[in-house]
Amino acid sequence: MKIFVCIKQVPDTETKIKITPDQNGIDTAGIKWVLNPYDEYAVEEAVKLRDANPGSQVWVLSVGPKARVVESLRTALAMGSDEAIVVNAENLDNYSTAKALAEVIKAEGGAKVIFSGKLAIDDNASSVSQMLAEFLNVPHTTVVSKFAFNGENVVVERDVEGGAKEVVQMMTPAVVAANKGLNMPRYASLPGIMKAKKKVIKEIEFSSLNIPASDIKVKYTNFALPAEKPAVKIIAGDASAQAAELVKLLRDEAKVL
Amino acid sequence: MGKVLVFAEQTNGKLKRSSIELLQAAAKSGNTVAAVVFGSHAGDVTAAAGHNGANEVHVVKDASLDSYNPELFTANIAAIIEKVQPSIILASASSTGKDLFPRVAARLGAGVASDCTELNISGDSVTATKPMYSGKCFAKANFENTNLKIVLMRANQLPVAAADTSKSANVVEQAVVKPDLKTLIKEIVKGTSEKLDLTEANIIVSGGRGLKEAANFKMLNDLADVLGATVGASRAVVDAGWVGHGMQVGQTGKTVAPSLYIAVGISGAIQHLAGMSGSKVIVAINNDPNAPIFQKATYGIVGDAFEIVPKLTEEFKKALHH
Ligand SMILES: Cc1cc2nc3c(=O)[nH]c(=O)nc-3n(C[C@H](O)[C@@H](O)[C@H](O)COP(=O)(O)OP(=O)(O)OC[C@H]3O[C@@H](n4cnc5c(N)ncnc54)[C@H](O)[C@@H]3O)c2cc1C
Ligand SMILES: Cc1cc2nc3c(=O)[nH]c(=O)nc-3n(C[C@H](O)[C@H](O)[C@H](O)COP(=O)(O)OP(=O)(O)OC[C@H]3O[C@@H](n4cnc5c(N)ncnc54)[C@H](O)[C@@H]3O)c2cc1C
Repeated sequence: MKIFVCIKQVPDTETKIKITPDQNGIDTAGIKWVLNPYDEYAVEEAVKLRDANPGSQVWVLSVGPKARVVESLRTALAMGSDEAIVVNAENLDNYSTAKALAEVIKAEGGAKVIFSGKLAIDDNASSVSQMLAEFLNVPHTTVVSKFAFNGENVVVERDVEGGAKEVVQMMTPAVVAANKGLNMPRYASLPGIMKAKKKVIKEIEFSSLNIPASDIKVKYTNFALPAEKPAVKIIAGDASAQAAELVKLLRDEAKVL
Repeated sequence: MGKVLVFAEQTNGKLKRSSIELLQAAAKSGNTVAAVVFGSHAGDVTAAAGHNGANEVHVVKDASLDSYNPELFTANIAAIIEKVQPSIILASASSTGKDLFPRVAARLGAGVASDCTELNISGDSVTATKPMYSGKCFAKANFENTNLKIVLMRANQLPVAAADTSKSANVVEQAVVKPDLKTLIKEIVKGTSEKLDLTEANIIVSGGRGLKEAANFKMLNDLADVLGATVGASRAVVDAGWVGHGMQVGQTGKTVAPSLYIAVGISGAIQHLAGMSGSKVIVAINNDPNAPIFQKATYGIVGDAFEIVPKLTEEFKKALHH
């Protein structure tokens, strides 16, 4: 069976974010790009599923500027994925990204299970997986921390509010968006890295997918850094005095009680 | 003017605060406000929606909608949207909101901006501001090529005024739509905590490795009980197995936005800050004066958590219960 994994390349968490002079984006000079952390869980689960089902294949797919995005695809290949596709595109939104992912998966003959991350840590939207599922007309579950496949259906556990969990069964094909806790992603092995270097990554131009410009629905502008915080007020004294003073400040100055 | 549709969420038949925020914001915009309420316990929620600004409430009183199913909810929301024809939809960026509305947007060819912290409605157009790159910057979401604009707001971002019980809404009962489902919710395992989820909590008391061992979280629970707060944690203690992953605050945990965040024995690593720096007031308690958390904190106490937290619990008791 065919298993697809959608991955996104994102700036490393330690990156210092600088805004471009026109304030319509961030300055990408000097940014270190990594595979989105949640997508690592997605790749790991796909590889495990493949290994448990002989004859299966893992395809990784990413939409983005191909010159850099191929690096994350190679990471996913080094973790054990079999094939990789990049859709070369810039400045899409969640809607057009999901459309592109759906078009490519359809054109490649579909998939039994499609994994993604629950959220990309740059745009923080948690929306692409659900949109992709809708465009493919298949069920989806997000925030998944447990996955099982019984040959026909998948059964997953979804983390919801207040520490509650839902056990969800879906007919395949289905989209599964990974949360932390799903597994422990493996490190790429040296032989894996060497093999990944030699793989041919299939390239598709976004323009060849016939997705109209009107499928971009949201545009981000006016990027700004958070306002500077005033310096911390350190509270002096012994433990009793500190506690009393803090409660007073929270009530009378900050007014949060 | 147009119509704003608000997805009214409930917990056990009580309208959620996050939905009250949205209803009141919609009412202030001067648009007609329509609310949607699902499930067999819709009665009280319907009335509350009216008290908080809804002009009309569309109710689907069917027990199949008591718990969330993406396909079922998408079909029912889409049916109501088609009838009501709103230009703006507001929902909270809750577990349900975030899961449901992207799917609805894809079905209806609409734009969706998720996890927003500021909302600006002018006539039937809307923009929203949202944190990006783990809160390291903010950007404005502008809609284009779409008649239907969907904004998912983080909880606790908008002001809430007292409900006006003299107001009521026109209630419209809608029939349930039952598509063929490929998704089956087999079981719902209740959470261990009756407290508000971290993402909705107005006060959070959070613990880190400075607490030394799992048993010492009792000290934080005692403090939280006095404050009506929810307890959170750093990843270090989640990874150590002291508390469940549902309690983790941070880049790979939950993003929270309370009025008050008390960080106890947490160093303030960048990935932790990513989840909590949107808190209005931050208190740090740490025995290391150079801990990075102090750079983000509003108030800092340099000292031993084991001495300070019990004293603090006492002081809050005095201040809040006399
Ligand atoms: C400042 C800025 C610059 C941008 N630059 C570009 C650009 O150069 N090129 C471009 O194509 N888009 C670009 N985008 C658009 C954006 O990155 C889209 O990919 C889309 O908005 C993804 O939404 P999200 O990050 O919220 O994904 P989420 O919905 O949070 O992601 C959930 C999951 O969906 C999958 N997924 C998300 N995005 C992709 C993707 N692109 N490819 C494969 N799987 C994915 C992953 O599995 C991910 O874990 C940019 C956006 C901004 C704000
Ligand atoms: C990809 C990635 C994602 C991550 N995601 C997250 C995330 O989502 N959330 C998160 O929290 N972390 C995350 N981390 C981990 C993060 O980098 C830190 O390791 C973690 O936050 C540290 O937790 P801590 O502050 O509890 O522990 P420590 O860094 O060990 O800090 C303990 C603090 O307690 C203080 N202390 C000790 N004893 C006392 C005492 N008696 N009284 C008062 N103070 C005391 C110490 O001075 C110290 O500052 C992530 C890391 C990576 C690489």
